[in-house]
Amino acid sequence: MHFANVPARLRLLSLLTALSVGVVACGGSTGGDGGSASGGEGTGVSGDVQIDGSSTVFPISEAMAEEFGLANPATRVTVGVSGSGGGFKKFCAGEIDISNASRPIKDKEIKLCADAGIDFIEVPIAFDGLTIVANPANDWASCLSVDQLNAMWKPEAEGTVDNWSQADASFPDLPLALYGPGTDSGTFDYFTDEVNGEEGASRGDYTASEDDNVIVQGVQNDEGALGYFGYAYYEENKDSLKAVEIENEAGDCVAPSTETIADGSYNPMSRPLFFYVAKKAYDEKPQVKAFVDYQLDPANGGLIDEAGYVALPEDALGRAKARITDGKLGSSPKDI
Amino acid sequence: MAVQDNQPAALDPAAPMFKPNVSGRYKLDRIFAALAWGATAIAIAVLVWLILTILIDGLGSLDWQFITSFPSRKAERAGILPALVGTLWIMGVVAFVSFPLGVGAGLFLEEFAEDNWFTQLVEINISNLAGVPSIIYGLLGLAAFVRLFESVTNGRTILSGGLTLVLLILPVIIVATREAFRAVPDSLRWAGYALGATKWEVIWNHVLPSALPGIMTGMILALSRAIGETAPLIAIGAAAFIPFLPEGLQSQFTVLPIQIYNWVGRPQAEFHDIAASGIIVLMAVLLTMNGVAVYIRNRFQKTR
Repeated sequence: MHFANVPARLRLLSLLTALSVGVVACGGSTGGDGGSASGGEGTGVSGDVQIDGSSTVFPISEAMAEEFGLANPATRVTVGVSGSGGGFKKFCAGEIDISNASRPIKDKEIKLCADAGIDFIEVPIAFDGLTIVANPANDWASCLSVDQLNAMWKPEAEGTVDNWSQADASFPDLPLALYGPGTDSGTFDYFTDEVNGEEGASRGDYTASEDDNVIVQGVQNDEGALGYFGYAYYEENKDSLKAVEIENEAGDCVAPSTETIADGSYNPMSRPLFFYVAKKAYDEKPQVKAFVDYQLDPANGGLIDEAGYVALPEDALGRAKARITDGKLGSSPKDI
Repeated sequence: MAVQDNQPAALDPAAPMFKPNVSGRYKLDRIFAALAWGATAIAIAVLVWLILTILIDGLGSLDWQFITSFPSRKAERAGILPALVGTLWIMGVVAFVSFPLGVGAGLFLEEFAEDNWFTQLVEINISNLAGVPSIIYGLLGLAAFVRLFESVTNGRTILSGGLTLVLLILPVIIVATREAFRAVPDSLRWAGYALGATKWEVIWNHVLPSALPGIMTGMILALSRAIGETAPLIAIGAAAFIPFLPEGLQSQFTVLPIQIYNWVGRPQAEFHDIAASGIIVLMAVLLTMNGVAVYIRNRFQKTR
C-alpha cells in the first residue's frame, strides 16, 4: 500500500481498523479461567475467584481479596456489588463462585438455585449491629424498645405518626423525621422483619437513601430525626450522632458496641452477614477453597474489624468452619 | 390593535398613531439581557462550586501513586488504575461500535428511507429510546450480551459492557446524525446530481463531510453520557474490586464511576476524599476525549 498517496482520512481509518483488529486478536487469547495450572507462592493455587453480592459485605470481601491476592499472586479474585438479591440471581445462574449477602437467602432464591442444580453452603462471616441513631441534641430517647420503634415505623403509622409524643407519652412535642435505607437494601429487610414482624413491611413516608452517608447527614442536621444503618457508619460519626440503646429480649438497655454485638446481648439488632459458596466451585476449584478457608482463618479476623464489622466469636467461627468441612448444604441462618 | 377598534381616531392627524416609548422598550431589552445573563451565571456558579469542592477534597490525595495503584481496603494505599484502564477500554469499544452503527442508521433514515408508516414508527421509537432509564439497558445487556451471547463476549466482560453502553447511546447519535444531515442544504445534493454523481457519491463526497461536524457534536454528547454511566454496568455485573488490568475484550473490568460510587458510599471520610480524586481523574479523561473529538470536528470544518 502506498501510504503517501492515500488521503489522510483513509489513513486514519485503516490505522483504526488495524488497531481494533489487534485488540480483538488480543482478547481471543485470554478468555477462560485457569484453575489447573499451579504456580506462585502461598498455597500455590491459581485461577479466578468470582464474588458478587451485597454492598454491605463488600468491604470485608475487598479486604480479604486484597490480602489473599498478595499471598497468592497467581489468583485473581474479583468482587462485584450487585446487592444481595442481584448476587443471588447471578449465583443461581452459575455465573459466580461466591455470593455475599447481608440477609439469609430467601425461599424463592433457594428454589431458583435448586432449579438450576446449584448446591450451596451458607457461611456466616461477621456480625453487624444495626444502629438506631438520633441527633446529639435528643436527650429523651436514650433507650427505645422494639415496640416503640414499631409505633414509629409500622406501615399503619404512615401519614399519622409524625410527632415524638405519639410514639411515647413521655417524649416531647417535636416533629419526628425518619431516615432509613431504601427498600433494595438488606438492612431494610432485616430491620422491618425485626421491628414490624414482616420483611419489607414499613411505612413509606420516610427519607430513604441507598447511600447511608445521606442518612448520617440528615440525622446530624435535624433535632427530631431518627435513622438506622450499619454499625460502621455510626463508628465513623460517633462525635456527631447519638446511638440509641435498644431494650433487648432480657429487658436490658444495651448500646451497640463491638462487644455487645459479638456476645449477642445487643439483640435483636445484631445481625449476621453471610457468604454463600457453590459446592461445586468449592470442591473443584482449589483457588475457591483456598479463599473460603482464608476468609474463615481466625488470623484474618482483624480485616473484618478494620472494615467496621465484628468478627465471629471463636465458637461461632468453629461452627461456621464445620459447615464447610461437613459440606452442609442449604440455609439455616438461625443456628449460627 | 388600538388602531383597529378606533378607526376614525387613527385618521385624525392630531392623534399620534405610533408611540415610540423608546426608554420603556430599551428597559425591557435590559431586563431580558439581565435575565439571560443571570441564567448563565447561575449555571456557571453551580459548576464552579462543584468543581471547586471536588478539587479541594480531591487534589490532596491525587498523585501519581493514586493513578498507578490498585484499589485497596486502606484509603491511603488505594488507587484507580484498573478503573481508569477499564474506562478507556470501554470507551474504545463504545466509540468504534457506536459511530458506524449510529451514523449508518441516521444516514439510512434521512437519505434513503421513504417517508412511510414504518419509518415513522422507527423514528418515534428511536426518540422514545433516548429517554429510557439506563438501568433498563443494563438489564437488556445482562440478558443479551452476558447470557445469550456468552460464547462471544465471555460473560461479564469489557465487550458486554461496551455493547450495552452502545445500545444506550445509539438513539442519541442517530437523532444527532439525522439533524446534521437535515441541516445540509438540498442545493448541495442537486448540484451533485446535476453533475452526474450517483447517490452514493453525493453522500460520501459532499453530504457526509458537511454533516460531520454536527455528527461529531452528537458523538461528544453521547460519549460523555456513556463515560459517566454506573447503573447499567453494575447490572451486567461489572466488578467493583479488580486486582488486575483488563487484557482484552473478553476480560472482566471495572470503570471509574463504579469505583467512585463505591468509595462515596463508604463510612470512612478518607474514602470520600479519594472518591473526589477519582472524580478529578474522570473529568480529565472526559475533557481529553472531548478535546480529541473537537479537534477532529474542527479539522473537518476547516477543510470544507
